[in-house]
Amino acid sequence: MDAMVQPMTATATQTETETETETVKIRSRDVHVFYGDNEAIKGVDLDIKEKQVTALIGPSGCGKSTFLRCINRMNDTIDVCRVTGKIEIDGQDIYQPDVNVVDLRADVGMVFQKPNPFPKSIFENVAYGPRIHGLAKNKNDMAGIVEKSLKRAGLWEEVKDRLDEPGTGLSGGQQQRLCIARAIAVSPSVILMDEPCSALDPIATAIVEELIDELRQRFTIVIVTHSMQQAARVSQETAFFHLGDIVETGFTDDIFTNPKDPRTESYISGKIG
Amino acid sequence: MTEPAPQVTGSHVATTPDKKVDEARRARTARRYAAERRFEYMGLAAVMSAGAFLVILLWTIVGNAIPALTYNYVSLPINLEVDDLTQTNAIEYDFRKIVRAGLTEAVPNVSGRRETRKLRRIISSGAAIELRSEVASDPSLIGKKSDIWLPLSDTADLYLKNLMGDITRPESQRKISDSEIGWIDDLKGQGKIETRFNSIFFTHGASREPEMAGIWGAVVGSFLTLLVTLVLSVPIGVAAAIYLEEFAPKNRITDIIEININNLAAVPSIVFGLLGLSFFLAGVNLGWFTIGGFFPRSAAITGGTVLALMTLPTVIIASRASIKSVPPSIREAALGIGASKVQATFHHVLPLAMPGILTGTIIGMAGALGETAPLLLIGMVAFIVDIPGGLTEPATVLPVQIYMWADFPETAFRQKTAAAIMILLAFLICMNAFAVWLRNKFERRW
Repeated sequence: MDAMVQPMTATATQTETETETETVKIRSRDVHVFYGDNEAIKGVDLDIKEKQVTALIGPSGCGKSTFLRCINRMNDTIDVCRVTGKIEIDGQDIYQPDVNVVDLRADVGMVFQKPNPFPKSIFENVAYGPRIHGLAKNKNDMAGIVEKSLKRAGLWEEVKDRLDEPGTGLSGGQQQRLCIARAIAVSPSVILMDEPCSALDPIATAIVEELIDELRQRFTIVIVTHSMQQAARVSQETAFFHLGDIVETGFTDDIFTNPKDPRTESYISGKIG
Repeated sequence: MTEPAPQVTGSHVATTPDKKVDEARRARTARRYAAERRFEYMGLAAVMSAGAFLVILLWTIVGNAIPALTYNYVSLPINLEVDDLTQTNAIEYDFRKIVRAGLTEAVPNVSGRRETRKLRRIISSGAAIELRSEVASDPSLIGKKSDIWLPLSDTADLYLKNLMGDITRPESQRKISDSEIGWIDDLKGQGKIETRFNSIFFTHGASREPEMAGIWGAVVGSFLTLLVTLVLSVPIGVAAAIYLEEFAPKNRITDIIEININNLAAVPSIVFGLLGLSFFLAGVNLGWFTIGGFFPRSAAITGGTVLALMTLPTVIIASRASIKSVPPSIREAALGIGASKVQATFHHVLPLAMPGILTGTIIGMAGALGETAPLLLIGMVAFIVDIPGGLTEPATVLPVQIYMWADFPETAFRQKTAAAIMILLAFLICMNAFAVWLRNKFERRW
């Protein structure tokens, strides 16, 4: 297995210096994750480039969500979970003891599988993050942040007249965009998305996918998805996880048209998964 | 179930319907429906019998309690034109003589020591005290002659309420004599006896005399005790629940704590009373010094502390369950945008868990309100006439008062007991209704 992984990472590290404009935002090296005695991730090396959409694909239970949750240290909340190795964001190892998790999570936003707005008003949903981080100086400032975030999430036109209504009263797709607005309200540089469309209907999915494509201008996006088509539609780079390990990474077009590893090929052609 | 699978699928194909299979299936369906109906009837029967028991309970209590809500008063010509009574000494004046004089005037022609003593028995022994408070509240009565309403004795009252049992029995077998009956009927005929709302019952403290005994002392005692319980058990219980549920690592120690909290919830309440007795009242002697033993006996603060210990497990368990039922996605949402754990807990989890916490707390409080056994051990069963004025003063509580009254031999206390139970139940129902209201008001969906 190692033999197959090595050429990929090798080329990645070699071309790193030459990859000119595309800087690496997140760099993980030899990341292992243990749930108790069970090793869920077995030494993942992955470079995620800035202002691109990177898709993590793979069969259920392959560790892609676990890896995603390492990037903003959400795994810290699980008692039995232990992470070793190194994940750097902008060259800073986020697992160093002096790293403030609260600041890290403000910089690395997250959108979850099931839309989870707070049971508060639409305005409060978006304003909560800026408020706890002290990003707004006054009420007008806050209103501006909320409006900007909702606009960027493509939700403003639909909700501008009912910001006082509960966020839980929106439709599923709107709720998910509200969650995206909530995440970008604290101006992160990275947004992690854990199967953001799996609970949405095809129309809402299309809207969210379009949004992801727009957000790429400003944010580095890492998306976990079960849907091959979605990965192909929204991402520029793809990493294929299998049994806790990365089998193959590369440009999305290459992975889908010309997979190097037989396991990748059989997964994307529907033979495993 | 006993059918081989291919036959069942065979009937699905249904090109050649197999009669035998069809019948077997119909029989099975019928059996299933019959089982369903049986269960439904059993459930209905259970609900109906529970309802019947409730009706019997309320019927007996309310039926017994209603007579205690009213009391019979007699109008006596009271002569306050006496030399030694002045405005200043009215508060300590002995009005017994004046009441007796009024009684003799109202019922003339009573001769002989025995008969006079019988006559005195129709008026309450607390009548003089009632008269004194009447005079104290209206000093203009002094120096005048006026008709004043005074309480009858408990036997006279019971006779008028028809609760004496069979009065056709021989005189020696009943508590009220023929002459007493004659005088009472006579006074009633003259319109000098009136049934009034029993305000004594709602304003007085305990007394050995049934007609002078009231519930107010116990109500105040219960209130003060519950106040102490609430102030101690809610902050400690909720804080413990939050810590255990949100912050504590899940390891062997927290497991042991959890098991012990659950065990404590099942510990008989009298054990908490013993704890209060030996620790709060007596103190634990460690040789060179004593721990505890600084609490006053019979006081609301002691009772409230013991009840708080007893209620804590309930509050902790209810709060934990409520916190646990908040979906983890809410915590993740808050943590995901950089809220600290404390922020996520206090801004998002706690508000959502609040209705459940409040409900659990109120149910715990209702349990504490009805608790008797531990309070008996720390001296709250003492006979306390005064209405408690503070947390450290001797007090009793409603259930203990009920327990004491139920034990008294006078017939009139039977009605008092029922009325006190009714008041206790009214408080409990109010508390539970409040819990339901809170739950409905603050319940949110996500």
